[in-house]
Amino acid sequence: MRALPVEQSVAMIPDGASLMIGGFMGVGTPERVIDEIVRQRKRHLTVIANDTAQPGKGIGKLIDAKLLRKTIASHIGLNPETQRQMMAGELEVELVPQGTLIERIRAGGFGLGGILTQTGVGTAVETGKQKIEVAGKSYLLEIALRADFALVQAFLADYMGNLSYALTARNFNPVIAMAADTVIASADHIVPIGVLSPDHVVTPAPVVDFLIANS
Amino acid sequence: MEPQIIIARRIARELSAGMLVNLGIGIPTLVANYLPEDIHVFFQSENGLIGTGAPPEEGMAHPMLTDAAGHPVTALPGASTFDSAMSFGLIRGGHLDLTVLGGLQVDQFGQLANWMIPKKMVPGMGGAMDLVSGAKRVIVAMQHTAKGKAKIVKKCSLPITAIRPVDLVVTELAVISFSGGRAKLLETGPGTSVAQIIAATEAELVIANKVPEMQL
Repeated sequence: MRALPVEQSVAMIPDGASLMIGGFMGVGTPERVIDEIVRQRKRHLTVIANDTAQPGKGIGKLIDAKLLRKTIASHIGLNPETQRQMMAGELEVELVPQGTLIERIRAGGFGLGGILTQTGVGTAVETGKQKIEVAGKSYLLEIALRADFALVQAFLADYMGNLSYALTARNFNPVIAMAADTVIASADHIVPIGVLSPDHVVTPAPVVDFLIANS
Repeated sequence: MEPQIIIARRIARELSAGMLVNLGIGIPTLVANYLPEDIHVFFQSENGLIGTGAPPEEGMAHPMLTDAAGHPVTALPGASTFDSAMSFGLIRGGHLDLTVLGGLQVDQFGQLANWMIPKKMVPGMGGAMDLVSGAKRVIVAMQHTAKGKAKIVKKCSLPITAIRPVDLVVTELAVISFSGGRAKLLETGPGTSVAQIIAATEAELVIANKVPEMQL
């Protein structure tokens, strides 16, 4: 793990990159990284995340700045600007059931090709997907998801890059931390080694590539 | 009594001690307000919390403690937090005793449509498809009609949420069950006649000679 200023961390992200971003309605989203992506105007991004928050908050800021080509999310209903861009054909939106989305990401990070789920069977979600019968039950094959970068928000990070999370700000964060080629973590507090006891580390340091340094 | 209050109070009677329950946005959220005080239920928020409590007092909101709509909540003693994979493992894995969701339409086989209106409202399904597919019991909380149009229909015209039928629909006019592939009128709403329910319902209902009024 290397600690880097936020400007340098974001400079690594090329236009057209795919990003997994933590957060649930903006809770647990790395706002400093988002603000820097907007400032550097990274374009044509694909964002994989639970939702697109609201205008002016979290991923909503990337939507406001029209930096996305595509989003893969479970819910966009609380962001009218996402809906507007989708209806206008400016933004491609792939809607995925929330439990399926997180499992596809988990599969991507855990070395699995995909998962079988009953969610979506017999609905619009099954279009174009392989159905597999196991022990008399019908499942959809949902394939693994990975991204170029994971943008993770932790509560505590130690100097080595071990991460822990707070309350409902955990959500997608520890799962996306496993599923991207480059993992950039940001933390509310950077603490000395030993403050996080081994039992409290949720994301182990070796999966974190870069930690956003305090400014 | 307002329709939402009738619905929430009636559904609160379906909860019992020790259950793990997920309440959706809207009328379902109100159910928690009408639970008898001596019953302890575990409420799950699918963003990663078991032990969801009432909204905090003014000025006490924690930015990292919210419900699935992003609103500040409290955590009750004995609460636990976890990531989204765990949260949906609880939902799909047979650990969730009950989910209460809103609905746009329910058909006479109990299939629910509640996640989109093509070309008009495309918010995404969020956790609804997993909840209806995976929870042990599914209750729909909704008003009986929308702008005078029946919401309990013969066949859903809107895209369905899951093929798995819901167990119960509670409206301000009626309680209807869907076991065995048929819609059965179990109870009438306060001061509501069976004839009123039939008039406001498009689905074919199985109706016993005597239908009791719902107890609130």
